[in-house]
Amino acid sequence: MIQQIVFFLILIFAIYLFYKNAGKVRRNIMLGRDVNRSDHPALRWKIMAKVALGQTKMAKRPVAAVLHFLIYAGFVIINIEILEIVIDGLFGSHRIFAGPLGGFYNVLIGSFEVLALLVLTACVAFLLRRNLLNIKRFRGTEMKSWPRSDANYILIIEICLMTAFLTMNAADNKLQLLQYGDYTSAGVFPVSAFLAPLLPDTTSALVTIERSCWWFHIVGILAFLNYLPYSKHFHILLAFPNTYYSNLKPQGYVNNMASVTNEVKAMLDPSYVQAETQAGSFGVKDATDLTWKNLLDAYTCTECGRCTAVCPANITGKLLSPRKIMMDTRDRITEIGKGIDANGKYHEDGKTLLDDYITREELWACTTCNACVEACPVNINPLEIIVEMRRYTVMEESTAPGSLNNMFANMENNGAPWKYSNADRFNWATPEEGQQNRERYDNI
Amino acid sequence: MTIYKSGTNLDSQGKVVTMAEMAAKGLEPEILFWVGCAGSFDERAQRITRDICKILQHVGISFAVLGTEESCTGDPAKRAGNEFLFQMQAMANIAVLDGYNIKKIVTGCPHCFNTIKNEYPGLGGNYEVIHHSQLIQQLIDEGKLKAEGGESFKGKRITYHDPCYLGRGNGVYEAPRKALEILDTDLVEMKRCRSNGLCCGAGGAQMFKEPEPGKKDINLERADEIIASGANVVAAACPFCMTMLRDGVKVREKEQAIQVLDIAEITVRANGL
Repeated sequence: MIQQIVFFLILIFAIYLFYKNAGKVRRNIMLGRDVNRSDHPALRWKIMAKVALGQTKMAKRPVAAVLHFLIYAGFVIINIEILEIVIDGLFGSHRIFAGPLGGFYNVLIGSFEVLALLVLTACVAFLLRRNLLNIKRFRGTEMKSWPRSDANYILIIEICLMTAFLTMNAADNKLQLLQYGDYTSAGVFPVSAFLAPLLPDTTSALVTIERSCWWFHIVGILAFLNYLPYSKHFHILLAFPNTYYSNLKPQGYVNNMASVTNEVKAMLDPSYVQAETQAGSFGVKDATDLTWKNLLDAYTCTECGRCTAVCPANITGKLLSPRKIMMDTRDRITEIGKGIDANGKYHEDGKTLLDDYITREELWACTTCNACVEACPVNINPLEIIVEMRRYTVMEESTAPGSLNNMFANMENNGAPWKYSNADRFNWATPEEGQQNRERYDNI
Repeated sequence: MTIYKSGTNLDSQGKVVTMAEMAAKGLEPEILFWVGCAGSFDERAQRITRDICKILQHVGISFAVLGTEESCTGDPAKRAGNEFLFQMQAMANIAVLDGYNIKKIVTGCPHCFNTIKNEYPGLGGNYEVIHHSQLIQQLIDEGKLKAEGGESFKGKRITYHDPCYLGRGNGVYEAPRKALEILDTDLVEMKRCRSNGLCCGAGGAQMFKEPEPGKKDINLERADEIIASGANVVAAACPFCMTMLRDGVKVREKEQAIQVLDIAEITVRANGL
């Protein structure tokens, strides 16, 4: 009975804590500007099913795709088992589903075991790969300290959880064979059966092992749940809304700013009555100037670095790393959120996303080639943030690189980015060519 | 002024007819050829412009150009963050296009293509826009264009460089390849192609500035990949890629061994136009 009460309290506390911290992330995301991403719901569901559920964009890197799929499938399917564990914990039962499900229960437990082994193997492979193989996308400048540890912690926690799960089953299996107490025959154990010989034979020791693994496993899962809002691992949940709210326009499209349209129309036509638009500055200086989708992108990023690995600027040694753009955005909006928590309202801390996190050199290295956007397995768009920050530097500060200011001046004066007179625009059709054409197509 | 020989789209000087000349005669062309700034002013790109005209002439499509009434679409300004300048350019261009009742546009540049197709509608400019590689594909599909009567590409090894704003930007991967597939030649893909294609380094207004500090220029990274592919012809479909790739190949001192040609130029050569 005490065990049940303790379990109940831990469960409630874990759920409350997660609700509170996930709520803070949600609040931080909602600090962003509004953008309409609710059109075409049918198409959005389809994209989510394909990209998040079906993981189609992972396929470009087959080794990672297979290993990741094992962990993903394991995570989703083994979670059915969590339901039983929670019910057992609350009501003091043991393997409550075994009776009602009969033979199917054996199939379930058997497959959970196989999946657990596959998850374990994939996590070990990922851990070795990440730390021993010199894979460039895991070694970027932004992948030092916390991000590097975060990645390792996630894998180590998953390895521990799966080990506990299998050890628990092994002890349970052994107790079942001894027909001890509540441990009536339930489930088949194709994997943990091999662990059984390693365990002691005394029932008291087996019960201790079974119980401690049971507690370690479920408390570990609840702790891991609460680790998510602080970690890049939050992608396991946010990947779904993030792909649902994907950009549906062609990747080449960059949004037309409504506030600018208003002013340009007023300039071209004095009789034009300006529509109501949000006042404020052009472009993005701080994280709160971004849209909520940009911020959702930032919290969804799991720092895999596929974006940076394909970025032409990064490949050629420039400072820009699209992954860093996303991580900086997340870190900055989290910092703003902490300021709100500490002060009860938005608190000016003298810092901004531009300059304190993202430098101008990074912004101006981008070729807007969309390789990062294309590469992201969960449809994150670092390019939008870069263009918005360029807009701030150009339209609010007029601090574009000098050569770009010259380009702007040329375009304003002669309608071309180069310093050519507009009168010469048709000179490509030369008189010589005209003569050739005339000869070719007879005389007049 | 008379419009010279119906169907040839030339004025009395033998020059391609402009919208203004057509409108003065009360005529409307089937399609407007949007030349673009590079196609108008850059000497290398001017040759591509003339070749696109040759293709249009050859198949007898009624077309015209805007001539000096054309202006930059505003693409580099927009991508550099100057939305004001972009929208000023866009609205002025839309006024001109709508003034001539333009319905269909073919562009010689993926940047113009992307901007007019995707960004002008939101500002009131609605047109059917295609890139010249798509036009060539259509003409091949309709049997109006073949690869005969001109230069043979037999024995050549051709690779294709995907421009970002045609490929990833708008999902046009097959059309330019179609123009190459009809040639009797050896086609080879680079390691980074299609949606994985590597940028030439010119996009996002980089064309008009020095690159930021780094270890290597992007066009050299691409040039090295072209060299590694063993191709002796690189097909491009964008005037900016053309400039960047030519420079890259030149820096690697391979300009004798590797030709950079636009899809339109290859089509013109293959058909002896």
